[in-house]
Amino acid sequence: MDRVRRGVAAAAALITASGLLAACAANADSGKAQLTWYINPDSGGQAAVAKSCSTDDYTITTQVLPQDASQQRIQLARRLAAEDPGIDIMSIDPPYTAEFANAGYLAPLPQELQDKLKDQSFKGATQAATWDGDLVVAPFWSNVQVLWYRKSFVKKAGIDMGRPVTWDQIIDAASKNGGKVAVQANKYEGYVVWINALIAGAGGAIVSDTEKGIDASIDIDSDAGDQAAAVIRKLARSKAAPSDLSVSNEGTAGATFGSPVGAFLTNWTYIWTNYDAAQPELKKDIGYARYPQTVEGKESRPPYGGIGVGVSKYSHHVDESLKAVECITNAKSQGLNAELTGNMPASAAGYEDPKLHKIYPDDLLKLFQDSLNAATPRSVTPYWSDISGSIQSTWHPPGSVGTSTPGDSASFIDDVLHGRRLL
Amino acid sequence: MSIATAATPATPSKPGKPDRPGKAVASDRAKAENRLGLKLVAPAVILMLLVTAWPMLRALYLSLFRYRLTTPDDRSFQGISNYTTILTDPLFWQDTLNTVIIMVVTVAVELVIGFAFAMVMHRIVFARGAVRTSILIPYGIITVVSAFAWQFTFSINNGWVNSWFEWLPWIGPDTNWFGAHWPAMFAIMVSEIWKTTPFMSLLLLAGLSQVSEDMLEAAQVDGATWWQRLFKVILPNMRAAIMVAVLFRALDAFRIFDNIYVMTKGAQGTESSSFLTYRQVIEQFQLGMGSALSVLLFLTVLLIAYLITKFFRVDLAQARGEG
Repeated sequence: MDRVRRGVAAAAALITASGLLAACAANADSGKAQLTWYINPDSGGQAAVAKSCSTDDYTITTQVLPQDASQQRIQLARRLAAEDPGIDIMSIDPPYTAEFANAGYLAPLPQELQDKLKDQSFKGATQAATWDGDLVVAPFWSNVQVLWYRKSFVKKAGIDMGRPVTWDQIIDAASKNGGKVAVQANKYEGYVVWINALIAGAGGAIVSDTEKGIDASIDIDSDAGDQAAAVIRKLARSKAAPSDLSVSNEGTAGATFGSPVGAFLTNWTYIWTNYDAAQPELKKDIGYARYPQTVEGKESRPPYGGIGVGVSKYSHHVDESLKAVECITNAKSQGLNAELTGNMPASAAGYEDPKLHKIYPDDLLKLFQDSLNAATPRSVTPYWSDISGSIQSTWHPPGSVGTSTPGDSASFIDDVLHGRRLL
Repeated sequence: MSIATAATPATPSKPGKPDRPGKAVASDRAKAENRLGLKLVAPAVILMLLVTAWPMLRALYLSLFRYRLTTPDDRSFQGISNYTTILTDPLFWQDTLNTVIIMVVTVAVELVIGFAFAMVMHRIVFARGAVRTSILIPYGIITVVSAFAWQFTFSINNGWVNSWFEWLPWIGPDTNWFGAHWPAMFAIMVSEIWKTTPFMSLLLLAGLSQVSEDMLEAAQVDGATWWQRLFKVILPNMRAAIMVAVLFRALDAFRIFDNIYVMTKGAQGTESSSFLTYRQVIEQFQLGMGSALSVLLFLTVLLIAYLITKFFRVDLAQARGEG
């Protein structure tokens, strides 16, 4: 037994020693705090902001999260559940903000910072970042979808894009003239973004009373839900549907739009610069308009996306991190990030960056801002991933969407939230 | 394994019972050897208990709770209600059916192709090394990489399947392989078969080389045709090797995950049991429900292993050459 005990002791000593060594390495240049900011992958915008916001007191370094938003959520949540102090600052996708806040993973933002952020941010951005009456993350950049179209195609089809268009109109125009309407309809979050925008555009919502947790009111089985289902069914069964509709995401939809059959595309702001490298000739042909209406005459509610910056409660440097967040989300940083990545600022002040005006036409910047003010974020609830997953299960593939889909999804969401069904 | 057998005396014992010297006849030397044997295996047993038994018991415990990682306050004891929810849920049965279909089809196809490859590797006279190596290459490729390769192959945007097989009536440039259930299952199974057939053929090659040439020659002298030699001599003598190959591959195939994750992410109803478990635990943080699923998955794997050993009527110890 002695030998066993000695063996165990040796193993324990080894484990402790390696832990200490790792800790030493992390604090190599002591004195100055190292803040680690977990970012979603981008083309260098957040890294540049981290550099410009580093001070004599702390240095901000970035760590890149996975590409896919659900994978970002998984990695962050698992680390935070384990109270990992290695995360100080993180870039959080709006649908998971409430989940993190509700689980107590986020350090509260000081009231002063909250007021400042509420003042500067677009309405949609504030709404997406608010849980339980408090702003829990700082809106950093805000994305919105607009309707992109090919000028040549619209001319051929003879539609007046100066006035708001409906989904019915663009689907009909595309199918009559051999064009495609590119959307995001793979079995993933992006598909729910589309469904949410269609329902909101018809004046409805997927869920409400979300502060009741799993007993939130499920509103998807409504006229608005039916109208959304009708649009999806119409597109899926028309000639305007791209052949990869059921597996399409932002990237493939962009490729369809850039191909000879490209006609319409609903996608995020970055599409304007998307083709600069590979198909520069396309830019002359790209037009843009407000997101299509679900119901004629009713203002459309464009999808909202973006990133809020939060501070981990388990960080050893909460105060420094909060200071850093203030710098990261100020108008100057937002402008710098937008210029480098095409991810648009979360505030009107951020849009004043002169460099942005060189890259984007003024009317496009105005369209983005108008759209952001009208945008409807996905419902803010800690159970969003369950709700989104339930919708993906019942509404995918788009070709299967029918009149019973909204009702089926409502009862399925309820069953899943209450643990009666597997998702 | 070798340590355990070294500690047992070479006296014949009743089949089915572990070899253990009778207490009355054990000599001091045998006792000392036994003690040494126990000490030698102890670290491995303790390590196994720590890394295997503990998580298993923990999963069993967690499976009795409603417990979500991001709402820890919601945790409540549920008894076996997670199990009843799962066993009455159509999604669970659909995923189990998918998994069984994938397992049966891939193992059957792999057995046939793998046997053909094994014969080639066994009989080949020229360029033996090169042929054997090229047959084994797919097995050396990481499953995720092979899944991506096959996803690109079947992709509607940049794959070559649609253009190469356009002459088939049901394939056109617009065929979306991942757009419907059966085509997607087909693509997943092709990837799985391509990747693991070499493993099957390697195990079968080992069995093939154990078949005595004398017996084959005797059968030939007796006038047996090639088919008769295959079915009456080669295959019966390879039964243990075939069983091991089928058992390993069936259990592997039943736990299929990577190909599905990469190729469809479970869309079009192509989800497997492992994938369902993964989504509950990792994506939805449903530790209770996910643990219940993993317990059921474990029991199913045990059942399959039991059925296969029963079906082939082979003693595993014998298959290892310990009988």
